[in-house]
Amino acid sequence: MMRYMAITLLLWFLCLTPLAAAAPPPYFYPFVNPYEATVMELPKEFEVSLPKKVPLREFVVRPFPKRDIPEVFWYEKGLDCSLAYQDHKAPLVFLVAGSGSRYDVPRMQKLQKALYQAGFHVLSITSPTHMDFVVNASSGLPGIAEDDAKDLYRVMDLAWQEVRGDIAVSDFLLAGYSLGAFDAAFVAKLDEEQRHFNFKRVLLLNPPVSLYDSVQALDRLLVDNIPGGMDNFDAWFHDIFTETMHITESWEPGGLSGESMYRTYKRLQPSEANLAALIGLTSRMNAADMIFTADVMNGGGYIVPKNVRLISTTSLTRYAIVAYKTRFIDYFDQWLYPHYQKHSPGLTRQALLARQDLHYLDQYLKGSKKFGLIHNEDDVILVPGNIGYLKEIFGDRARIYPSGGHMGNMFHPSVVSSMVELLSGKEVAQ
Amino acid sequence: MKTRCGATMLIAGAVLALVLESGCSTLPQAGPGPVEPPLRRYEDLVKPGTHNMLDVKDSVEGFNRGSYRFNYYFDEYLYRPVVRGYEIIVPNYLEDRVSSAIDNLNEITNLTNNLFQFKFKAAGVTLGRFLINSTVGVAGLWDPATTWGLERKTQDFGLTLGHYGTGDGSYLMLPVLGASNVRDTGGFAADTATFVYAGPIAWANSSTFTTAYTGVNAVDRRHRIPFRYRQTGSPFEYELLRTLYTMKRDYDVQQGKGKGKD
Repeated sequence: MMRYMAITLLLWFLCLTPLAAAAPPPYFYPFVNPYEATVMELPKEFEVSLPKKVPLREFVVRPFPKRDIPEVFWYEKGLDCSLAYQDHKAPLVFLVAGSGSRYDVPRMQKLQKALYQAGFHVLSITSPTHMDFVVNASSGLPGIAEDDAKDLYRVMDLAWQEVRGDIAVSDFLLAGYSLGAFDAAFVAKLDEEQRHFNFKRVLLLNPPVSLYDSVQALDRLLVDNIPGGMDNFDAWFHDIFTETMHITESWEPGGLSGESMYRTYKRLQPSEANLAALIGLTSRMNAADMIFTADVMNGGGYIVPKNVRLISTTSLTRYAIVAYKTRFIDYFDQWLYPHYQKHSPGLTRQALLARQDLHYLDQYLKGSKKFGLIHNEDDVILVPGNIGYLKEIFGDRARIYPSGGHMGNMFHPSVVSSMVELLSGKEVAQ
Repeated sequence: MKTRCGATMLIAGAVLALVLESGCSTLPQAGPGPVEPPLRRYEDLVKPGTHNMLDVKDSVEGFNRGSYRFNYYFDEYLYRPVVRGYEIIVPNYLEDRVSSAIDNLNEITNLTNNLFQFKFKAAGVTLGRFLINSTVGVAGLWDPATTWGLERKTQDFGLTLGHYGTGDGSYLMLPVLGASNVRDTGGFAADTATFVYAGPIAWANSSTFTTAYTGVNAVDRRHRIPFRYRQTGSPFEYELLRTLYTMKRDYDVQQGKGKGKD
């Protein structure tokens, strides 16, 4: 018996030793299905451990202080940002949220903590597609990466002015996830010309390659997975709701936002079709919020009648119904493209679409050593060929994981250590 | 001691201000220049006669939206700061004991409404829970009844009315109290009256108890709801809340019916 135990222990140690010596633990991800990976949070035992609280400063910037904000947005009082700060000199990371997300959604808070823990100051910024940004900081119609980047850059400038007296900064870095990563690539390009920050490193987490392909893929997840098509949406949602209520009894009134919908739903053993539809629904809802807000801020004409003044007691239900029936692609074709064409009559739809693609920055991305990329082979926002392209562009600065869906593995310890390495430039030394 | 009086005054003032201010207007006001129909029109996208889940009966929408706006400010600048203070001062363990004691007192509502719906088994369980938790659980500070398999049978008069087929009427956004509808507001009033005139407040018959209970209940209630106004980040939060509330209450009524008279 003793001998058996001794052998077991010996084998145990033999197995453990090489593991303990190698720095990053082997990548293991529990969800093989990309929809599941996208929706489910990583079980606690697989997740990187993060501090409960970090020193945080929240503040507001107003890029257009004289802007007349319509009364229907009575709750908008400037664009909130937050800074997690070190008490010593450190690099400052500007962190851009993904599509439709605020600076303080759970994912942003966790990322902020993870990067703070690694020794960075972290300044979190709301996505240019979130209504708070559209109301307070967009200069025109949101959705064209180059112009969104200018708006983001303006916000970063103001945010930096706000905090520069309080923190000691060694370098400026830039990071973003999903659409925020796409935005970051365009902001970095803009910074090459303007040189306000001279970003030392830029980290792209799960960006789309072609925005058009990605939003279409996401919308198809919704449309293709509602049994009987979108005309049966209400019945489908009702079923999901009832099913969820049985198990959790915890639909909070705020539960219809993307992140919390995931959290409620993950307690089920959901069907793949329902998961896919839910991912698509979140994206559709984010787009609807942005489109309606942009319409009101630009005087109406798309969903809201022109010259109608919406106040705090105006019913928005009809506009909401129309907005939820509007895809980003509809917005692009019916409003965004004609709007841009008005200013440059020769612009073709194809040419505008080409600007919504990382290919547009090909030369820059390939030639600049400052970029790092983290992505997943099974990310649901990618289309065939995208991974090959990303590998070709970013070469050894790309870390592509075999599974994880769309950001499902973001807080996996090895993904977090990749983030830190790519941001601090340690991978160059390897 | 001033909590209750202050809160009542505040609510009354708020209701008055809302009614005066909102004038129940939900029609969009015209801005400068001629009003033109939008490119994507509701009429083109929605087949006549089809029901959308965002379409909830809301006859006093102007008032409701004003009330929603008031609640945002009330919650942000008064209610939640008070609750945060409570959460900082009182240890988590004690917070849970307070919640438990309040739940125990509220069993009177569960009891009467289970009886109203002739759910005698549920009423028996509720009575058993109350007796066990009030004695073994030391005035409800602990909840041994649940550990012994007696699950709480939550009911309220809104659900009782729903059980007998009363429709939910129009949606209502109540100042301070939040999302409701005509049926549930009536139910809430009835439950409150029972609680005050035939329930724990009448038993105690002490204004100090009443004041303390009202204050603590208000704080505990908010402490337990993670909801924050504007958390969805959607311009349509009002619509989303309204739909969700309506679906949830409808579900609760259906559940009650489905379980029969146990």
